[in-house]
Parts: sequence; structure tokens; C-alpha cells
Amino acid sequence: MFMRKCALFVLLISFNVFSQEKDPNLGQPATLEIIERWNIDVFPSGKGLPEGQGTVHAGKKIYKAYCLSCHGLDGTGDSADELAGAAHSLTDKPPDKIIGTYWPYATTIFDFIRRSMPLNAPGILNNNELYAVTAYLLYLNDIIDKNRIINANTLPKVQMPNRYGFIDIYQKKIMND
Amino acid sequence: MTGGLLDRRFFLKKGITFSVAVLASEPLHASTENYRQPWMEKPGEPFSNYGQPSAHEKETIRWTMGNSMAKGNGVSWTPLHDLEGTITPNGLHFERHHNGVPQIDPQKHQLLIHGVVKKPLIFDMDVLLRYPMVSRQCFIECGGNSNTGWRDEPIQTAAGYFHGMVSCSEWTGIPLKILLNKTILEESAKWVIAEGGDASMMNVSIPLEKMMDDCFLAIYQNGERIRPENGYPLRLIVPGWEGVVNVKWLRRLHLCNTPTMARNETSKYTELLPSGKARQFTFVMEAKSLITNPSYGYQLDKKGIYQISGLAWSGRGEIVKVEVSADGGKTWVEAELQQPVLSKCFTRFRIPWNWNGESTILKSRATDETGYVQPERKELIAERGKHGYFHYNGIVSWEITSKGVVSHVYA
Ligand code: HEC
Repeated sequence: MFMRKCALFVLLISFNVFSQEKDPNLGQPATLEIIERWNIDVFPSGKGLPEGQGTVHAGKKIYKAYCLSCHGLDGTGDSADELAGAAHSLTDKPPDKIIGTYWPYATTIFDFIRRSMPLNAPGILNNNELYAVTAYLLYLNDIIDKNRIINANTLPKVQMPNRYGFIDIYQKKIMND
Repeated sequence: MTGGLLDRRFFLKKGITFSVAVLASEPLHASTENYRQPWMEKPGEPFSNYGQPSAHEKETIRWTMGNSMAKGNGVSWTPLHDLEGTITPNGLHFERHHNGVPQIDPQKHQLLIHGVVKKPLIFDMDVLLRYPMVSRQCFIECGGNSNTGWRDEPIQTAAGYFHGMVSCSEWTGIPLKILLNKTILEESAKWVIAEGGDASMMNVSIPLEKMMDDCFLAIYQNGERIRPENGYPLRLIVPGWEGVVNVKWLRRLHLCNTPTMARNETSKYTELLPSGKARQFTFVMEAKSLITNPSYGYQLDKKGIYQISGLAWSGRGEIVKVEVSADGGKTWVEAELQQPVLSKCFTRFRIPWNWNGESTILKSRATDETGYVQPERKELIAERGKHGYFHYNGIVSWEITSKGVVSHVYA
């Protein structure tokens, strides 16, 4: 009995030593320069938003040139998602789950367009153009007025109609900060 | 009494003849008089560098559906109705791409881990290949799988072409905990934003707790390097959680104290309830099962004994029980579970059934190790309404007509 316990103990010790040695420890320290270049994450607080700004007027032109072919006139949808002009509320059947009725944060619009749109040429828009087309989509959804300028300071302050519409199932709470 | 369902050990008894349900399009081959078949009269084909399925299995394919303006945006379904066992062949694993399959050069692919860590690190692929690895069989299911179940009319298409956004593989890779610990996490780290290296730079936020628990960075799928469409050269595996968080082409992990609120965790992959509120961060794929044989498209040719076969899985752990009903849900009989039953993995169930030739309805119902029981469709709808789109796991019903035709019904 004693022998067996002893053997197990030795086994555990050697396993621990072994698992330490197994790690080749080969990750290279990531420089600030690489992190800043790669990290494009944007948060509801506005953290991560770049410099630059855009107007609804400029955004309309960007939209026509780069977005209309898939998302339709004034964002009413075509081969790709409807981006504005909801005809139904969230409690209608069927509901319209779009930027103006469903999206909780305006920062998500900028983030998503920057990483993924236009689908046929992602990365083609500069920050001013991204802010502008974000402004235009907010305007089309009656969330901001025509003269509002959108930038890193104003975008996180835009109150989205469905800001409090989500229940966090993972943490089991209503999202209300 | 049980609609003809037989004891699951029935086939072990001797001297039983049984019938086979066949896909309606498949002809039955007549036997030849000659003792040599034509292919036995000449030498066969030479060796091949990479084996392909038989030319007679050309119908066993993924059903693909791409956007008209962007062919790489859409999905493809695993033909579950044509497959047996629990492992999905690599070429048939379901796909969901937001903007196509990137052709990644592994020499140029790196993984960056940064954020609220003391030591941000960057890894080359050849370096990652030197880390200790683990293998695990698990399913990956898209949160949008089976979404036509919410529709008012039952869709009439092969089982895989509406439930086949789920597949199961043996994934091999590095436990994420090993790499995260190397970066020395700050105490404020609560979430990890995972980003893919595709044209859509798809990203999602995942709780750190789960990442440290059982997530790993897969490099191999069923023994070979992951296929491009499944994330080559590096895929984050989040066992039991919806497909979208199993980020393909993984290139960046950002440790944070809050989620980023990405488009794919707000606008999509959230479930609107009848109240107008929506469920968010509903990561776990709840228990589900489905009879794959017979299912839509199969033809039962005569009354007699058939072998019912299907799949069950749960994102919460092991499947402990699958019950089958052959009388539309009035009575249920426990099916045999193929061993070994693994956690968060496909479980194959089978049960023999003596069809009396009359019309009836087949159903299956899974129970997992937490005691969760797969709900009837009407129970699911009573709780969630019909407009949540994601996370449909209602019981599936197949109607068998007296002519042996199988169709999809709500019952
Ligand atoms: C080639 C077609 C195409 C073009 C051009 C295009 N998009 Fe898209 N867009 C799509 C598709 C397809 C999706 C759905 C993406 C997915 O499945 O992940 C989408 C999704 C979106 C969404 C998310 C919608 C939602 O409700 O979740 C936004 C916002 C968006 N696009 C904005 C834009 C903007 C702004 C432009 C112009 C700069 C643009 N798109 C250009 C095809 C396109």
C-alpha cells in the first residue's frame, strides 16, 4: 500500500517536470508597432476609433460608389442586407432587424465596415470615408440629422434606438451598463 | 404498442431478415450470372496520391448556397442523410464563409496575442507546430443550423440540406491555455476577441473562462492539415459552442475586459424574442438529435424490419439517452448509443423497427448529461417565438406514408 502511494507521488512529480519541459517557449515578443498595425478593434466606449471624420453628405457619395450595387438604393436592400428603411418593428411579424431597429451600438457600424466592406474590395475606404458612410447609414436610419459630423468623439455618443434591447444569456443579465 | 420499434439488441438475435431504406434515386443492382464481374477481368487502377470517393458516390456532396453578387458569401451543408458513423469526411464538413476562402501561405501566417497581458506574443506557424498538442473529437454547429424549422411550413429537402450546418471531426492542436499563460494575463482580462485572417476579418468576443477551460488551436482535422475552407492553417476550436466563435484562419487574440460588440455578436447570432428583447451571447449549442435514415428522400420498399439510424449531440457534454418514437410521439423507446459516447461530439444512435406498412411518424429526442431534454418544436416556439432565427433544436418529425415515402412534417 505504502509502495503504491509512493510510486504515484514520484509519477506526479516527474509528470510536472516533464510538462514544464514540453513547452518550447517559442513565442516572439510582439512589438507595439505590430500591435498597433494589426489591432483594429473598436469598442462601444469609442476605444480603438481612429482619427478622421465624415459627413452625411460625403457619405452619400461613398455609398453610391461602393455600396449601392449590393445594398440597394438608400440602403433598402438588394442582393445583400437591408441597411435602412425598416418597415417593421421588432415586435412585428416578421420583424426588421436592421441598424435602426436592432443594432445596439453605433461603433459596430464603423468597425464592421472597416473590416468587411465593401465586400468586393475590403480595406479600400480610408478613415474619413468610413466615418462618412457610417454617418450616412445613421442618417438613413433617422438616428442623426443631416448636419452631424461623425468622428471618434461623436460616434460613441450616438444613442441607438435598441441600445437596451439585449439580454446577456452568458452572464444572465439585461444589458444596461 | 411502440409503433413497431424493437428492442435495440434485436439484431443480435439470429435468423432475422431485414429491409433497407434506400434513397429514392438509388437503383438496386441485379446480381450477374457470371462469377467474375467486369472489373474482375482486368487489372484495376494504379495508386493515387490522394484518394477520392468512388465514382458511384457522386451524389454525396455538400449543398452550396452562395450570394449572387459574392460567391464566397454563404454556406454549404454536410449531407448528413448520406453519411454513417460519427466523423464527417473533411471534404464534406459544412462551411460558412463571410467573404470566401482565403488562400493562406502558412509561411506568412502568424498569430498575435495581445491586450491586457504583460507579455504580448507573436507566433509563426512552424513555431506553433513544436508545441504540445491534444486531439479531441467534437462537433461544430453553426448557430443558424436548422433555421428553416422556424418557418410556418416544413421544408421538403434532404435532412443534411437543412440540418447539415453541423459536422464532427477529430481536431488536433495546442490547448489555448498554454499560450495564454505565456503572455501573463492581467487580472482585468475577461474576454478574448478572436479575429480571422480572411477578407472579412471576421471577429467575435469569447469569455476568457471558456478559453482557459477547453479551447484549443487546431492545426489538424481528422489527421491531416485543416482544409482551407475549414480554417487552414489555424482554427480556434471552442467545443460545444456555436460555429461562429470557432474562428477560422485565426490570426489575432485580443485580451480585453469587455466584449467588442462585433456585428456577428449583435446584428447576427442573437435571437429576437416575441417581447422585442433579444438573447445575446447564447454560445452553447443545446442538445439535438435527428434521424438520418430513413429521412426525407428515402423510400421504404416493403413492410418489414428496418434499421433506424441517427445523430445526437449536445454542447453541454455527453448524450445520455436518445429515444425514438414510431407513432408520432405517443410512445418512446430508447435507442442504442454507439460507443464510445464522447462529450460535445456526435453520438450515433440506432434502433430496429418493424414497419407494418401503414403511414406513421418517426421522431427522435435527445437527453444530455445535464438532464436537458430536446424540446418539441411547439415548446421551443412557445418559449422563443418564430423570429429568433438562431439556435433551433426542436424535435424533427418524418412522416412515412403507406407507400413508404418519407417527408418532413411538424407533428
Ligand atoms: C459585393 C456586394 C457588397 C458590397 C459592394 C457591399 N456590401 Fe455590405 N454586405 C454584403 C453582404 C453579402 C453582406 C452580408 C455579410 C455576411 O454574411 O457576413 C453585407 C453586410 C453588410 C452590413 C451588415 C448588415 C447587417 O445587418 O448585419 C453592413 C453594415 C454593410 N454590409 C455595409 C456596407 C457598406 C457601407 C458598403 C459600402 C462601403 C457595403 N456594405 C458594400 C455585400 C456587399
